[in-house]
Amino acid sequence: MNPRIGYIAFNTFREAVRDRVLYNLIAFALVLSGAAIIVGEISIDIERLVVVNLGLTAVSLFGVVIAIFIGIGLVSKEIDKRTLYTVLSRPVRRWEFVVGKFFGLTGTLVVNTFLMAVGVFLALLYVNNKFERMDLWVLAALYFIVLQFLIVCALALFFSSFSTPLMSAVFTFALFVIGNLAEDMRALARATHGAAVWLATGIAYLVPNFSALNVISQVAHGDPIPARLILYNTVYALLYSAMAISGAVLIFQRRNLK
Amino acid sequence: MAAIEILDLEKSYLVGFWRKRPKLALRPLRLTIEAGEVFGFLGPNGAGKTTTLKLLMGLVFPTAGTARLLGRAMDDPAVKSQIGFLPEQPYFYDHLSARELLNYYGQLSGVPAKGRSARVEQMLERVGLSDSAGVQLRKFSKGMLQRVGLAQAILHDPKLVFLDEPMSGLDPMGRREVRDLIQQLRSEGKTVFFSTHILSDAEALCDRVGVIHQGELRGVGAVAELMTGTQGKIEIIFYAQKVPASLTALGAEARVSGDMVNAVLPEEQQDAALEVLRREHLKLISLAPVRRSLEEYYIQKLRPTEVQNTEVQNEEKQNEARRNRNGQNEAATDEDLRKEKQEDRKGVGA
Repeated sequence: MNPRIGYIAFNTFREAVRDRVLYNLIAFALVLSGAAIIVGEISIDIERLVVVNLGLTAVSLFGVVIAIFIGIGLVSKEIDKRTLYTVLSRPVRRWEFVVGKFFGLTGTLVVNTFLMAVGVFLALLYVNNKFERMDLWVLAALYFIVLQFLIVCALALFFSSFSTPLMSAVFTFALFVIGNLAEDMRALARATHGAAVWLATGIAYLVPNFSALNVISQVAHGDPIPARLILYNTVYALLYSAMAISGAVLIFQRRNLK
Repeated sequence: MAAIEILDLEKSYLVGFWRKRPKLALRPLRLTIEAGEVFGFLGPNGAGKTTTLKLLMGLVFPTAGTARLLGRAMDDPAVKSQIGFLPEQPYFYDHLSARELLNYYGQLSGVPAKGRSARVEQMLERVGLSDSAGVQLRKFSKGMLQRVGLAQAILHDPKLVFLDEPMSGLDPMGRREVRDLIQQLRSEGKTVFFSTHILSDAEALCDRVGVIHQGELRGVGAVAELMTGTQGKIEIIFYAQKVPASLTALGAEARVSGDMVNAVLPEEQQDAALEVLRREHLKLISLAPVRRSLEEYYIQKLRPTEVQNTEVQNEEKQNEARRNRNGQNEAATDEDLRKEKQEDRKGVGA
């Protein structure tokens, strides 16, 4: 990797850690341990289902909130606070800055997800007293959640390259919600007739397909995740993020810094 | 070799709801700064100083024109490692300590890992921040941040240093230290381009200054030349309790302070004034031509162009009258004035 991208990424990670972003882990730990204790008391035979469902949904939501709220400020905050001036007056290209910031935030989210994943497995151990083979698929679900974060970060960066932080947050969150309905939208597009079919198909395939990346329900029921889906989702998430980052770079390259 | 060649650099922004109305931030600017020179870019707030610096740093893009820095195109990334920049009222990553920040900037500037830490410590020492090197910048005062800003601007030993209002927010001691630092940079052979509206700093530090106002370069000149230009007046100081009436009759503007009189009068009255002092048996303390200060030059350049033209015409008329009276003696002074005006016009035309 270009060393300057690495330096910028590390600084972004350090900033997130020092700004106490990882404090969300405390809230997550409280939610999860509370849930584990409660389901241990009230449910019969569905402890694993509840813990996996609740745990992975919490991992996803906590991460998405961080990805959106830090992602929209990654570049705009640096412009507003003018910290960017002393970076871009050095031999740092604008694309290196954007890519470095992206890697810094995704790195933060990977560490955050890893720590939350440890919490999920501890909760599983608490309710089951042992690990089972099907718990391995929880790792696949966590991997897909990280892929979701890549796309959300890239979208937040893309929107913030031309919009205000508030609007960027609204756009990114809206796309996250719509993207979770992408499979339904695709089915709807197939059922459409006439001229609208092109529009419906275009929109259905343009929005990020977060529903394909959401396998929480399957792994909660112990269903296996096909290797083909892992490969497909990996390629899809990388391509989609790369496109959004490229868009952000193209806009940022031409932007006058006030 | 020219360190900075600004070739008709121009910037306008589109304003209004539909972004269709252009607002000119910088009129075509042509300016050359030689290597090793300390150049002061003077102008009131909003004159276009920061816009010029941002254009040169690639932070905003020109509407027209270009510039060459150290012989390379200004957007050439290779040239950036030879440039240091201190923005106006700098903000830095406040989650970092001064040491961490300088180390980070050293990494980005390509300072080799070996010796980077030593260089960082040296810079912290140079700007007087060794004791606070480990403290997060969010706890720093404005003056301390300005020092960090200076340290980061010279950390990678650049050949060309741009400083935007480097004295802003500093106490008198801090200002003195910045002045010393700029003097040191000059003695190390660096080219320094700094913007300021504090004229005494420019007067003390600069080889040349340029005055910009409303996005237009109004004049450029060597500080030494600008200040040696006389105004056709002399100042006489002598011991006396009151101003002799015969001196007032010569057109002197005089004031008494204690047992001394300070009188300013047209230089063609010099001999007559000395004759008055001799006749009245008054003891002369000093006689010197009234020199133009940088402030007067600056204020003159800031006036609307029509007023400036009228002033130049009046000045030319006065010069002609003086030439007629004094003959050849004035030729040298007129030549100086002519040269200076040529310089100014070059600047305005640029």
